[in-house]
Amino acid sequence: MKINTANFGEIDIDESKIIEFKDGIPGFEDEKQFAIILNEDPENPFHYLQAVDNSELSFIIMNPFDVFPKYDFEIPKVSKEKLGIENEKQVIVYTIVVVPENIEKMTTNLQGPIIINTDKKKGKQVILDDDRYGIKHFLFSKDPVKGDA
Amino acid sequence: MLILTRKKNESIIIDGNIEVKIVECEDGRVKIGIEAPKNIEILRKELYDKIGSENKTAVSKNINLTDMKNLLKK
Repeated sequence: MKINTANFGEIDIDESKIIEFKDGIPGFEDEKQFAIILNEDPENPFHYLQAVDNSELSFIIMNPFDVFPKYDFEIPKVSKEKLGIENEKQVIVYTIVVVPENIEKMTTNLQGPIIINTDKKKGKQVILDDDRYGIKHFLFSKDPVKGDA
Repeated sequence: MLILTRKKNESIIIDGNIEVKIVECEDGRVKIGIEAPKNIEILRKELYDKIGSENKTAVSKNINLTDMKNLLKK
């Protein structure tokens, strides 16, 4: 199906790749469908999470383990239920990246990972109640924000 | 917003299967107990709002992913 995006214009997405976010995501509760637009460059860890129904709405996402190999958390039971997760192999994790004017100060939200059940095409931003992780972790600085993950 | 007044140990039932009980109530703090089916998510509101506002700042506008990648690989 064709979707409109502010970043790429009109693109063609296989309907089977569309992920259902039943509760939307915090701040955007009405957006129930997103597509993951993977970077064409296989060495580039940054991708897009694009709202299907809103061309202006897209987020830069990354695989948090690329930069924070010690990142670890339990997916809360309620979220496992909602996503129909039966085993770890079904799960893929992304975190949203915020890029300010000075791109060296970009941060990622480790407290609200985007969890996707790749078998069922269901996604959710899960909120972790975990002291180790905050909403802004610098990708580049060794200065910990809420500790090095 | 529905406003009800409850005393310690009193409860409220929502939708027939969610119970909210006042467990402790003193010193300006209320301890609330919640019984709900396992597909109901319960969160402190300020946490939810914090994630929501961070998401709003994250909405991407014309950022060059290649520049970002180059920074990371430096």
